[in-house]
Amino acid sequence: MNINLAPVLAVLTALAGGTAAAAAETPPAATVFEEDGSIAQSLSGAPGDPQAGRQTMEARGLGNCYACHLVEATPDIQFMGDIGPALDGAGSRWSAAQLRGIVADAKHTFPDSMMPSFYKSAGFLRPGEGYTAKPATEPLPPLLTAQQVEDVVSYLLSLK
Amino acid sequence: MNYAMGLAAVLSAAFGLAAPLYAASEPETVAPISINEGEIELATEAEAPAHLNGALPKIWSGWLFRDATTQSMQMDDFENPAMVFVDQGLDLWDQPDGAEGKSCADCHGSIDDSMKGVRAAMPKMSEDGTDLWSLENFVNNCRTTRMGAEAWGWSSAPMESMTLAISMASRGMPVDVAIDGPAQSWWDKGKEIYYSRYGQLQLSCANCHEDHYGDWIRADHLSQGQISGFPVYRLNGAGVVSIHERFFGCVRDTRAEPFAQGSPEFRALELYVSSRGMGLPVEGASVRH
Repeated sequence: MNINLAPVLAVLTALAGGTAAAAAETPPAATVFEEDGSIAQSLSGAPGDPQAGRQTMEARGLGNCYACHLVEATPDIQFMGDIGPALDGAGSRWSAAQLRGIVADAKHTFPDSMMPSFYKSAGFLRPGEGYTAKPATEPLPPLLTAQQVEDVVSYLLSLK
Repeated sequence: MNYAMGLAAVLSAAFGLAAPLYAASEPETVAPISINEGEIELATEAEAPAHLNGALPKIWSGWLFRDATTQSMQMDDFENPAMVFVDQGLDLWDQPDGAEGKSCADCHGSIDDSMKGVRAAMPKMSEDGTDLWSLENFVNNCRTTRMGAEAWGWSSAPMESMTLAISMASRGMPVDVAIDGPAQSWWDKGKEIYYSRYGQLQLSCANCHEDHYGDWIRADHLSQGQISGFPVYRLNGAGVVSIHERFFGCVRDTRAEPFAQGSPEFRALELYVSSRGMGLPVEGASVRH
């Protein structure tokens, strides 16, 4: 008997993968912050990709982190701001859990921080639909996805 | 306690204090705006008004935070791109409109004399004392009740030209708005709005313009958000921008639903922000990027 199992295996693999991802991803509302503002576990259930993280940080429609933060290690990036602290050495100063907490919602670590909360979907004052000036209904899509937060965290960890 | 935790504790403690950790940056120079080779000089620095309770060390014109090219455009009335719109406002002043066939000049006479100091005291309580009015409200009240003309849109071209021309009659006069008596509750409301963190980015006016003036967001040099230069000519959109139009754009950029131009909320905010600039001169036709 010669049955081709490849299509069946592909479906099973996809199901398993999909189920695993759905179960492991933590939505913004279910995110648990420790006492010090850190988040212990990966929000996506997967490790971050540092290079994707750097791109997420640079993209103005995503992290736009350089609008406020300087990174001396990447002088090719134009017009880095000086609102927040320079990020060089972030990977030596903070743990992954602490960086995850700061990127997701820095106000748990620094209560009065000006930094936007990148993984938060509700609790806003007059939330708008992006930059259209039109009202939006919560929950909003967070500014970054769970995986994008993990990617940014992994890039920050590489800044020793 | 490891080093990172220690730092977190220090940072948390610092944020709990009144002084922000990442302090604002003061301008490098506070030269006056010298216009037409010194014919007119507008101060760019004044003592912070007492009602700010030390929130700002001094108050500074937004002109100081712009680049040299933009600054120089305001230093010569012939090169100032806002002057075209001032001239349009002066034409409108003399032009009859509405069922009564009257112009502004028919009742008020010379704009320089009759409107002197008007812009410096705006916004202020309406004639019957029941509402806080911006300059735009006073213009439209005249148009609809005395001229029998249609109201102009808040940030329409004729309104912006007219408010610009009226502002020129106060050029050099210090901003001096009343914030007591019936205006007090409006001022309180404006202050509340100033410190409220709107939108998905959760930003208040104060986050940028009180805590971080002089610092950079990308290529933008943050000012104290003073409105003593308004209405301004903005190079950014190559046109005149009203106070409420600027408020609207700023709040929109926090990923929020802004208040409407002309709304009670923005008039209250206008009074509060004006009061933060008391002592700075009205600039008349100013240029920003």
